[in-house]
Amino acid sequence: MKITSQDVEYVANLARLKIHDDEKDKLIADIESIIEFADVLSEVDTENIEPTYHAIKAQNVLREDIVTNNYDRDELLSNAPSKQDGCFEVPKVVE
Amino acid sequence: MNYYDLTAHEIHELLVKKEVTSVEVTNSVIERAEKTEPYIESYLERTFECAVNTARKVDEKIAKGEDISPLEGVPAALKDNLCTKGVKTTCASKMLENFVPCYDAFVVKKIKEQNSPVLGKLNMDEFAMGSSTETSYFKTTKNPYDINKVPGGSSGGCAAAVCAGSAVYALGSDTGGSIRQPASFCGVVGLKPTYGLVSRFGCVAFASSLDQIGPITRDVTDCANVLNSIVAHDELDSTSLDIPKVDYTKALTGDIRGMKIGIAADYIQDGINEDVKKAFLSAAETFKALGAQVGEYTMKAAKYALPAYYIISGAEASSNLARFDGIRYGYRSKKYEDLTELYKNTRSEGFGAEVKRRILVGTYALSAGYYDAYYKKAQKIRTVIINDFNEQFEKFDFIITPTTLSTAFSIGEKIENPLEMYLNDLCTVSVNIAGLPAISIPCGFDSGGMPIGLHIIGKALSEETILRAAYAFEQNTRFNKKRAIVKNKEGREI
Repeated sequence: MKITSQDVEYVANLARLKIHDDEKDKLIADIESIIEFADVLSEVDTENIEPTYHAIKAQNVLREDIVTNNYDRDELLSNAPSKQDGCFEVPKVVE
Repeated sequence: MNYYDLTAHEIHELLVKKEVTSVEVTNSVIERAEKTEPYIESYLERTFECAVNTARKVDEKIAKGEDISPLEGVPAALKDNLCTKGVKTTCASKMLENFVPCYDAFVVKKIKEQNSPVLGKLNMDEFAMGSSTETSYFKTTKNPYDINKVPGGSSGGCAAAVCAGSAVYALGSDTGGSIRQPASFCGVVGLKPTYGLVSRFGCVAFASSLDQIGPITRDVTDCANVLNSIVAHDELDSTSLDIPKVDYTKALTGDIRGMKIGIAADYIQDGINEDVKKAFLSAAETFKALGAQVGEYTMKAAKYALPAYYIISGAEASSNLARFDGIRYGYRSKKYEDLTELYKNTRSEGFGAEVKRRILVGTYALSAGYYDAYYKKAQKIRTVIINDFNEQFEKFDFIITPTTLSTAFSIGEKIENPLEMYLNDLCTVSVNIAGLPAISIPCGFDSGGMPIGLHIIGKALSEETILRAAYAFEQNTRFNKKRAIVKNKEGREI
């Protein structure tokens, strides 16, 4: 599958990544070769095959809606790049 | 006797007989680490003082006449993607350079319950993406057998430390071979358990349907003991299996008479290193001599495992790494005008090239218009691969392959070419795709003295079978007894 510069820019935007001009060419070439490598999967007839998302049979696990953990707020905020009044501080989101 | 050369069970015997204290053993390993680390560079963070305190606690227990468990007082270390409360956990990434978790991963809790002195956190490929430990943001770990060569990855720090004697055992993680391949390159034992057997709570997620935590040890007995300590149901991991407890050491009988072994015809072809091929075929002969029956098999879906893996793991990684946005923890860029720029600059500055590459591949594979052709297709191939394995396990008790087609390569040799690097995982990825257990054990050395690994794969929840096979092989060949002689750049023993 041919990957264009626009493809990579589009996907980079989705992934919230910035691609610098000096890394663009190699990145496009690398991603193209990996996607091309994956193109071989189309050789296999999977018309009547169901996808497997969990190799070992898995069932959704539920529990009672009761608070069972007790973390210290300051501990939870200890890795925050920016905080204020017990909250994470972020740039303005809404105009 | 160098205590740092011993296995956990040998140390345990000496502790019980009061011939040595845990503090003496721990200090021996610490001194060894201090001596080898300038050359090997396997540690990112050292917690030596804390380790000695734990050792002291164990010695007090022994002095009081209390019984100790097999891993008590045995110094260990942890891959740096396992959250350790109060200790930096970086995943070898700039993104988490100063991240200090406020909780322990489930397996870390388990190791602490065993009173194993924890020596520190070990180097890895960034966010576990790599096969050489060269994508680490901080440093490249070296192979103790030859410091110009890679230790493998992504649990390269773990394998190198256990190999060099700067940890007696380690916990690593395996998504496509990241425990087994470095174990193979460093001549140690590495096991990836059945998916769901070991809780992933507190292990920084890479590909959630493939990741598993497992032991890296000097021999199979230690592997069984470590597995015993980390296997348990965990409510905090919704994929954690709730099954009856097993004592894996009971599998170490040495008896494999009558067992049927499949050997992979696919891997013994072009591209395999001649020494690896010889060692692998010789291993098959050893199994025959021990009374097992060996037959050949071919997996129909073998050539699709690697591309399927890179789609599935890339897609899952793109989702899992979306949390690194500079808001709640981790690196935040200093340059931004708005939220979108904060995200883009943070992630572009915080992630390394390989991580970005995989996120982009994964995002592409999941995006509208490509989801069916790539991600959904890869998950259908997954079904084909699982069925393929099931077919083999109807004929065989376990199957063997070389762990890798070559021995450790030189640092810098493959890092520029992603696809060439990915070929290191050829023999190991299908195991993660199918959620199966597999172990790599040393089975020889190449003409340059570099270790070769034998890969034993079992059906789901057959850890006892593969441990039994591994133990039988080990006891009759003793490759595990070799210890690496660490040499400096001039070729002189350090």
